[in-house]
Amino acid sequence: MKAFRILTAGLAGLMIAASAHAAGGAAHPHEPEEGWPFEGVTGQFDQASLQRGYQVYQEVCSSCHSMKLLSYRNLGDPGGPFYDEAYPNPNDNPYVKALAAQNEILSPTPNEVGDYDFRPATPADTFRSPYANDSAARAANGGAVPPDLSVIYKARHDGASYVYSLLAGYPDEDVFSERVVAEASDGGTPDDPSDDTPAEVQTVIDASKLHIGHGDDHYEGYLIQNAGQYYNPYMPGDTVPQFEGDPRHAPPGGFLAMPPQLVPGRVEYSDGTEATIDQMAYDVAQFLAWAGEPKQTNRKSLGLAVMVYFGILAILLWFSYKRIWRNVEH
Amino acid sequence: MSGHESSYTPTNAFTKWLDTRLPLVRFAQDTAINFPTPKNLNYWYTFGGILAVCLVIQILTGIILAMHYEASVDGAFASVERIMRDVPYGWLLRYIHANGASMFFLAVYIHMFRGLYYGSYKAPREVLWILGCVIYLLMMATAFLGYMLPWGQMSYHGANVITSLFGAIPLIGESLQTWILGGPSIGNQTLQRFFSLHYLLPFMIAGAVILHVWALHVPGNNNPTGVEVQDVAKDTVPFHPYYTVKDAFAIVIFLIMFAVFVFYAPNVLGHADNYIEANPLVTPAHIVPEWYLLPFYAILRAITFDLGPIPAKLLGVIFMFAAIAVLFILPWLDTSKVKSMRYRPVAKQFFFGFVAVCLLLGWCGAANPDDAVIPALQGDPKLVVSYTADGQEATSEYKGGGEAYIDAKRFMESLPADANPSLSAVPAPTFMFRHFSLILTFCYFGFFVLLFFLGLTEKPKELPESIHKSVLKRHKASASAVPAE
Amino acid sequence: MTDTPAHEHGEMIDDDRRNFIHIATGAVAFGGAAMFAWAAVDQWNPAADTKAASALDVDVSKIPLGGEIRVLIGGKPFFVRHRTAAEIAAADSVNVATLRDPETDDARLRPKADGSLNPAILVTSGSCTHLGCVPVGPAQGNTGDFGGWYCPCHGSHYDTSGRIRKGPAPTNLPVPDYNYVSDSVINISL
Repeated sequence: MKAFRILTAGLAGLMIAASAHAAGGAAHPHEPEEGWPFEGVTGQFDQASLQRGYQVYQEVCSSCHSMKLLSYRNLGDPGGPFYDEAYPNPNDNPYVKALAAQNEILSPTPNEVGDYDFRPATPADTFRSPYANDSAARAANGGAVPPDLSVIYKARHDGASYVYSLLAGYPDEDVFSERVVAEASDGGTPDDPSDDTPAEVQTVIDASKLHIGHGDDHYEGYLIQNAGQYYNPYMPGDTVPQFEGDPRHAPPGGFLAMPPQLVPGRVEYSDGTEATIDQMAYDVAQFLAWAGEPKQTNRKSLGLAVMVYFGILAILLWFSYKRIWRNVEH
Repeated sequence: MSGHESSYTPTNAFTKWLDTRLPLVRFAQDTAINFPTPKNLNYWYTFGGILAVCLVIQILTGIILAMHYEASVDGAFASVERIMRDVPYGWLLRYIHANGASMFFLAVYIHMFRGLYYGSYKAPREVLWILGCVIYLLMMATAFLGYMLPWGQMSYHGANVITSLFGAIPLIGESLQTWILGGPSIGNQTLQRFFSLHYLLPFMIAGAVILHVWALHVPGNNNPTGVEVQDVAKDTVPFHPYYTVKDAFAIVIFLIMFAVFVFYAPNVLGHADNYIEANPLVTPAHIVPEWYLLPFYAILRAITFDLGPIPAKLLGVIFMFAAIAVLFILPWLDTSKVKSMRYRPVAKQFFFGFVAVCLLLGWCGAANPDDAVIPALQGDPKLVVSYTADGQEATSEYKGGGEAYIDAKRFMESLPADANPSLSAVPAPTFMFRHFSLILTFCYFGFFVLLFFLGLTEKPKELPESIHKSVLKRHKASASAVPAE
Repeated sequence: MTDTPAHEHGEMIDDDRRNFIHIATGAVAFGGAAMFAWAAVDQWNPAADTKAASALDVDVSKIPLGGEIRVLIGGKPFFVRHRTAAEIAAADSVNVATLRDPETDDARLRPKADGSLNPAILVTSGSCTHLGCVPVGPAQGNTGDFGGWYCPCHGSHYDTSGRIRKGPAPTNLPVPDYNYVSDSVINISL
């Protein structure tokens, strides 16, 4: 019977472990070497990194990705990137007002004659959306709607590490090569350009040169990257159909419509930090982690107080219980 | 509630006056204060109180959330996030409500397994057990309706799958499904009616709980020995303060675990996909219900074969509902006269086996049915080259490591240009979750059949004469150093 | 069965009830319930987005002379009135001491960026101080006995400075927080 109990407990543990399943076929996202400062019971966001992350979002991501659930005032909330103790109400924070005013938004309310004007945003406005609607976003991005980033941190398993790994995880330049599939042809009449067909060229990735995460896995073969598709080992998907090599050992990951965005120096940080790919990915991932759940540090600190409270109450109740039952055999 | 004589005597003029008009104080005294309760109840018996707390917490936080929630397909997702961001303490209330559902089910499962172990469903407590099953059904309905409200990907597609179950019913299925959805598919009207019902059902649960407690107070509590109370003075203690303080202690321990989830892992029991707003055009790659419905989901998916005229889809639905329906007839399935499994050595072994089966079914429900149960035992996939030769489809298989690939490649190159070869990897046959859940499904139902025959053949251990004697015996055996008072 | 269990244990429980540990436990439990109740009560307060949407820029240059515009800020009505010279004179000439809620017309104006007052533009709340109805004004063709506003609910009359002159309302129409962003644009906030 003891054995059964142990078995049952073991199975319960197994079930919990199994329910936290990984996304199929993608490399496991890894966190930065020093970890995330906001993790753990007493973790806090690194405000300087949040500010840089907002800059990366604003200068790189925001041209395609909306953040509809955030307002500019949120930037000045306690715990936010531009929180200033002098302005407990973020709507009064002049820096937040200036950041908001950098964005021209379509006013949600009509003017006196019923038209909708563009005007500089105020802290009360939500983040400017790059496209008027999904159809416009789809049309501008080859059929793929860039996802809204407001809660991407919660919408992906291990969200911050996922964003960080994905952005910094595109293969290096040296793995790519071009391959001619069909030779250019002059159509038989060298003088007549109207029947010419240009050479058909494929972009291929030499899988043997891929270095994914900290793993030592080695892959042999070539990945064909179609136009408008970009290979990333952290993107959930399946590479087998596009892999020339042993289908049992295809590289992890998949293809996404977003080309690599971060190149060294893509943004010029106002605080002088060197804008390496890793730094930018780290900062924007931390910014998105804050944006996805701005109250998470409050949550954890309140949790600590609640735990202490329940601990005291449990001890008191235990003695109360012992005292009441002291004369009763049970 | 006439389980025992009333011990209440009004002391002053007002209580005397009230007692002859509305004996409210007498009622409270008799049911919640002086109610004689067996003195040998262990901590497994505190889950009734814990469940009452869960229900109150869910109703309280739910009413608050409804003040801020917007039941529309355009606004639902954003309004839930607004609660988390802008409403004072909204994040706390919403996380309590979302995790509270899981805690509620965790407690109800322990409560049910406890009832199963100690035979609390047997005469004279059949109605008590059936009312409990009704509460459980209402809870599942409420949880399902509530899961739709955040309007995430899992909300939408989960609701789509579950409502499609009704479509499997012959003849009326499709009309029934359209009627439930209020249209050809899930839309604004579905969200609004689900919200309305999600608000209503908890109050029906509360009503059923009152009946459940009433049905408990007529025969009185069962206890770990399964022997009924014989001498109220020796066998029982008044509910208050003895069990109020014991329940309160257990409730606080439970709340500590609850708080760990709310404050440190609020999303771990949910699914990341539900933070993506519902998109009817894209179903998530891996669609699973919340953990507490996984065993039933596994049973639903385990049935992949037709049985005579019954198609597999309908058969799966029948089995899933039968898994719950069997609980309603359990009082008459179990033929043993002995209540507690403490004194049923054989049945006890099968009980723990049944718990393991339920947990394993949950594991199967979470897994992809075509995945290997034990990946380490699965052999390497084989390589299959498909090609056309002389106008016929043909295949050629290669097994082994890297050299198999080289062989396959060489073979493909040797084929004529019009053979149009393609290479694919076929996983080695193995024991998959699909198979495992089918076996477990039969084990699940087998347990109930077994209870029927076991009761007829099993030789139980000797029962104690009374609760009092059993307690004394245990004390002498375990703590002889402490003199009994 | 002659003794009920309550009676048998009764004495023991009673002299125990005043035990420190029970009192301490009860107090701590009550404290925790009160803290949770605080969160449940606090959520009724305005949410952050509601608080944020509580200011508005109004262009006063487009209001016709003698007319007014009405704006909603956070759901509350406000009047912005472009007064004629006669209305300003009427507001100025009143003997303040005789008013129910004594206030000079100048005290009900806010300075422009250069510090000067602009008596042509009067900004007041649009809720009658009696029971919150919205008074009628020049646009509705009824300005009451004193040329300002008239509340149709219970008959309060306001003058051209928005001060109560007759009827049940206890105080003048309050002047909201506002400031001149430029000569022609004011920013009103709650």
